[in-house]
Amino acid sequence: MDFVSFLIQVLNSLQYGLLLFLVASGLTLVFGIMGIINLAHGSFYMVGAYLAFALTSLTGNLMLSIALGIPLAFVFGALLEWALFSHLYKRDHLEQVLLTYGLILIFEELRSLMVGDDVHGVTIPELFSASIPLSDNLSYPVYRLVISVVCLALAGGLYFLIQKTRLGMMIRAGSHDRDMVKALGIDINLLYRTVFALGVALAALAGMLAAPISSVYPGMGSSVLIISFVIVVIGGVGSVWGALVAALVIGFADTFGKVLLPDLAGLMVYLVMAVVLLWRPEGIFKKG
Amino acid sequence: MNDMSMLKVNEAAAPVAAADQREMLLEAIGLHTYYGSSHILHGVNFHIRKGEALGLMGRNGMGKTTLIRTMLGFLNPKAGGVLVRGQRMTGGPTHKIAKLGIAYVPEGRGIFPNLTVRENLIMAARAGVEGQREWTFDRVMATFPRLAERIENGGGNLSGGEQQMLTIGRALMTNPDLLILDEATEGLAPLIVREIWRVIREIRDSGIATVIVDKNHAAITALTDRSMILVKGQVVFDGPSGEVRNNPELIKKHLGV
Repeated sequence: MDFVSFLIQVLNSLQYGLLLFLVASGLTLVFGIMGIINLAHGSFYMVGAYLAFALTSLTGNLMLSIALGIPLAFVFGALLEWALFSHLYKRDHLEQVLLTYGLILIFEELRSLMVGDDVHGVTIPELFSASIPLSDNLSYPVYRLVISVVCLALAGGLYFLIQKTRLGMMIRAGSHDRDMVKALGIDINLLYRTVFALGVALAALAGMLAAPISSVYPGMGSSVLIISFVIVVIGGVGSVWGALVAALVIGFADTFGKVLLPDLAGLMVYLVMAVVLLWRPEGIFKKG
Repeated sequence: MNDMSMLKVNEAAAPVAAADQREMLLEAIGLHTYYGSSHILHGVNFHIRKGEALGLMGRNGMGKTTLIRTMLGFLNPKAGGVLVRGQRMTGGPTHKIAKLGIAYVPEGRGIFPNLTVRENLIMAARAGVEGQREWTFDRVMATFPRLAERIENGGGNLSGGEQQMLTIGRALMTNPDLLILDEATEGLAPLIVREIWRVIREIRDSGIATVIVDKNHAAITALTDRSMILVKGQVVFDGPSGEVRNNPELIKKHLGV
């Protein structure tokens, strides 16, 4: 592999890993703080992608669609938490899995009824449709770089939110002792609803950003869900930084696995997970 | 429920209530609370007014913590009611009760070990019911110089005494009108205990009502105006703290080990 091809694969790994981080961060927060195993989390990624498709068909502009889609996804998440997930906190994992698996089926069926089962494309915004030439015959699309930059900015924003704001302190406190948080006058239900809605919005945003490069197709949430769970497990349940590191590890393992060991491409991610878990059974970052 | 006994308690309390015009902060009427099938509180009446200092005493397992946790809305009583500033708040929600100016320092502390000392304090900061902001971060630092030295430490790295100071400091950051301290000095070295009592006296003198649960009845009766003694989930004494102090028989019967 020459240097330019290598560089392209590195950029692809980063972009894929960072996009996965957006999905996995919400999953690990909801799992770590509220104790909910949410199998429907991948569906939010799909909902985001279809939202991007539907809104772009209406407005003709992906960036405008994303600006509209984020608040829609947040409200959707808050409503879902209020109607269904808030009843799951005191239930065991089996009941959580049953409800959230049921939601996957419902979301897929609704998607089929509303948009159909065809594969759809979403156009890259004019502004970012160019490619940067790297050698005589190789170039790198600007849009992929934009995705990486947006995801990095969001990871920074999430770090700031969780580590530096009072909301973040309340969220961390709530993951340790919810009774004490209540006794300090903080509405823990509202706090949970906010965290859940944030996770939904992040997953949906990942779907919206990915829509132009992966296109929009039935079942697109399932593969992301499985990879996201791998990331949560590798990173350590509840650790957002663990999720970031793990998502990048998976991004590189998957991308370079396909290039270097095409025969084992499908296995690479799980091999990495097995190795990490043998080394650290609780994930890279144990929950503090 | 025994209606006769309730009637008697109400009659006895009436003249005191008429004389005391201060706002009723927290009141419990005829509480019966269960843990599973075990009946812990047997018709407990409780009240505390603004600025009052109350000692809540009794041996282990007599229902002191259960009474507090019921009044804070963590537990739902089978019978009876809880009034916070005259509002019906039986069974919670706890955060609304807290927002009415009630702060809680639980038994076994309850700091957030995954937050720093500073974060433990500022996450709780809020103005009081009447908008008062007397207890600021700086004032808590001045009250607990030891915390100031360890401000960026993780809550979990503090000693037991420092954790207790942090819990009290954090409760004060909510600018409460009532502070409930459940076994604030338990398991602490004598020097630290003296420090904690000093701070509690300062809090009481600043006009914040206090409910103090402690094993040390001499310290409690010296700090409080009124004392309550619980025996097997019932109030056996509710009166001036001086009466407990000067009554060795009462102490021996209900509090001695």
